[in-house]
Amino acid sequence: MHNNKNRLRKLVTACATAGLIGTIVTTAANAAEPVKVGVMLPFSGVYAALGDAGRNGLKLALQQNAAQLHGREIEFLELDTEAKPERAPELASSLLDKDKADFIIGPVHSGVAMGMSKVLRNKDAIMIIPNAGAAAATGPLCAPNVFRTSFSSWQPSYPMGKVALDAGYKKVVTMSWNYGMGKESLDAFEESFTAGGGEIVKKILVPFPKTEFQPYITDIAATAPDAVFVFFAGGGAVKFVKDYNALGLNDKIPLLGAGFLTEGTLEAQGEAAEGILTTLHYADNLDNPANHKFRQDYASSFGKPADIYAVQGYDAGLLIAQAINTLGGDISDRKALIKAMEESTIDSPRGKFTFSKAHNPIQDIYLRKVVNGENQVLSIAAQALEDPARGCKL
Amino acid sequence: MDITLFLFQLMNGVQYGLLLFLIASGLTLVFGVMGILNLAHGSMYMVGAYLAWYFTNTTGSFGMAAVISVIIALLLGILIERTLIIRLYRRNHLDQVLLTIGLIFVFNALQSLLWGNDPLGVAVPAWLDGAIPLTDMIEYPVYRLFVSGLCILIAIGMYLTINRTRLGMLIRAGESNRDMVECLGVDINRLYTLVFAAGVALAAIAGIVSAPMVSVVPGMGEHVLISCFVVVVIGGMGSIKGAFVGALMVGIVDTFSSIMLPQVSSMMIYILMAVVLLIRPKGLFAN
Repeated sequence: MHNNKNRLRKLVTACATAGLIGTIVTTAANAAEPVKVGVMLPFSGVYAALGDAGRNGLKLALQQNAAQLHGREIEFLELDTEAKPERAPELASSLLDKDKADFIIGPVHSGVAMGMSKVLRNKDAIMIIPNAGAAAATGPLCAPNVFRTSFSSWQPSYPMGKVALDAGYKKVVTMSWNYGMGKESLDAFEESFTAGGGEIVKKILVPFPKTEFQPYITDIAATAPDAVFVFFAGGGAVKFVKDYNALGLNDKIPLLGAGFLTEGTLEAQGEAAEGILTTLHYADNLDNPANHKFRQDYASSFGKPADIYAVQGYDAGLLIAQAINTLGGDISDRKALIKAMEESTIDSPRGKFTFSKAHNPIQDIYLRKVVNGENQVLSIAAQALEDPARGCKL
Repeated sequence: MDITLFLFQLMNGVQYGLLLFLIASGLTLVFGVMGILNLAHGSMYMVGAYLAWYFTNTTGSFGMAAVISVIIALLLGILIERTLIIRLYRRNHLDQVLLTIGLIFVFNALQSLLWGNDPLGVAVPAWLDGAIPLTDMIEYPVYRLFVSGLCILIAIGMYLTINRTRLGMLIRAGESNRDMVECLGVDINRLYTLVFAAGVALAAIAGIVSAPMVSVVPGMGEHVLISCFVVVVIGGMGSIKGAFVGALMVGIVDTFSSIMLPQVSSMMIYILMAVVLLIRPKGLFAN
C-alpha cells in the first residue's frame, strides 16, 4: 500500500516537475550547454521492470558523481522502446539527429540493440548498452562509438560448462526460447561443456514468448539427463522454475542456468528456486565497498532492492561521469572521449572491470546458488573473462 | 513415445485446454449474447491474477483472496458495462474494437501504476501443495489437478445454467432475437449487464487460479487473448460448447506438436484453425 502511494506521489511530482523544467529550460538557455543523455529503454511492456531499474541505476550514478561533471548539467531525453525492435531505428535517429544527444543509453532487448546499432554505428553520439547481450553488438557490428557495460551473451553461460563437468555431469539437456539471446547462451554453454567431453543429449527451443513449459519438462523427465541448462529471464524464468519444481524435477535433475534465471525473480519464484545454480557477472551479496554503498543508496532512493539491471545502468552512469572528469568537462572531441572511455576502469558493484578492444567488459563471472531466497556466491567461475568478440575488427 | 509418456502429455494437453476454456468461455458468452467482441478480455484475466496476488499478500489466504477478487471482478464488469459498453450496442464493430483496445491500454497503465512492473508470484495454498508421484521421475502437482477439476465444474455449471434455467432460456433467447425478448417484457439491459459481468468474472477466475502456476507479469493478458481467439473461432463464435471442444483441441494439439514437431509447433494451432475453417467456415458449433 505504502508503495502504491509512493508511486502516485512520484507521478504527481513528476508532472509538476515537468512543468517546472519547462520554465527553467527556457530561461536558462544561455547557460553552458548541458550534456545530453538519451535513454532508450522499455518503460512499458514485458521488460518494463528492467527498463526502470536501468534508468534508476543510471541516474543514481550521475547524481552521486555530480562533482566529476565539472559543472556540466545532465539533460535526460527518455524514450520508451517498448522492447520493440521495429521502433528502434526511428527512436535512435531522433535522438541522434534532432536532439543531438552526446550519449545514448540503451537498450534492454537484443533485437532493439541491433536496430539502434544500425543507426548509431560510427556516428557522433556514444552508444552505451546497459543490458542487451547480443554477441553481434561487440562482435561483427562493433564500432568505436559503441560500448557495453553489461555482458555479451557468451560471458555468463560459457563458464557453466566447466562447472557442470566439475560436478560430474556428462549428459545435459539444454533449453531456451528460440531467439538470439537464448540460442547464443545455449551455444556458449555447449562450447565449453562439449570441449571438456560432455554431451548435449537434447536441445529444446521453445517459440518466444510461449510459457507453456509443461510438455517440454515432461519430455526432459523422460530423457533423464544428468542436469539441465536453461536460459530464461523475467516472467518466463518465473514460470519455468515453478513448472520445473511443480513436476517434482528439482530434487531429481539439477537445474543450471545463466544467472538471469534467478535475477529480479526470486520473490516470485519462492521455494521453487531453492538450490538452483547459476553463473553471472554479479550477485547481490558480493562483498566489496562499491556494492555495499550502491545497494544501500539504491534502496533508499527507489524503495526497493537493486538488481543486475540496476547495476548495469549504474555502471553506464559511472562510465559517463569518469570520461567527463578525465576530459575536464569538455567532451566535444569525440576521439578523445572514446579514448578516455576505453582506458577507464569502472569501480562497479560487481567488482572492478575494464573494457576489451571490442568495448565489452572484461569481468569475473560468479557461480551462485539460491539459498533462502538469495543468490549466494559460491566461487568465481571464471576470472577476468573476456568475450572472444568474434568478427570484430577494432 | 511410450504409453506412460503419451498419457502424461495428454494430461498436460487437457489441463492446458481446460484452462483455455475457462478464459475463452467468457469471451464467447459475451459475444454470443450481446454481439460485443471484448478485446480487453485478456486484461480481465490479468486483473484477476494481480488481484489474487494483492489480496493473498494482504489477507494471507489464497481462498479469501479468490473470493474478494471474484467479487471485485463482478463489480468491475458491471461498472464497465453500465458506463462504457452500453454505448456500443447500436454501433458498429469498429467502435467496439476501438473502445475495448483502449481499455487494454488503460488497464495496462493502471497495473503498472498500482502494482509496478516486477514479475510477481503467488504461492500455491498449503492445503493443495502436494504432488502425486506418477513415475519414479515425475509427479503431478495436486493444485493443477484441482484447477482442472474446477474448470470442469464451471463448464458443467455453465451448461446447466444455459440449458436448464430460466436465466439460461433468456440468454439463449437474447442470442437469437434481442428485440423479441424485449417485446416480451424482459429487461434486456439487466440481462446484458449480468452476462457481461459474468464474462469478466470468468476471465478473472482464470487469472486467479492461474496466479499460483504462472508469473504475474505485465502483458500476461495479451498472450492469452490470442490463444483465446483461436479457441473461439474454432468452436464457433458465441458457442460455449464450441469453446469447450475448441479449447481441448488447441490444448492437446499444442502440447503434442511442441514435443513431436518442435520446428513448426508455434504454427500448429493456427493450422488447426485453418483446417477447421476450411471444413466448417463458421467454426464447429456456430449458431
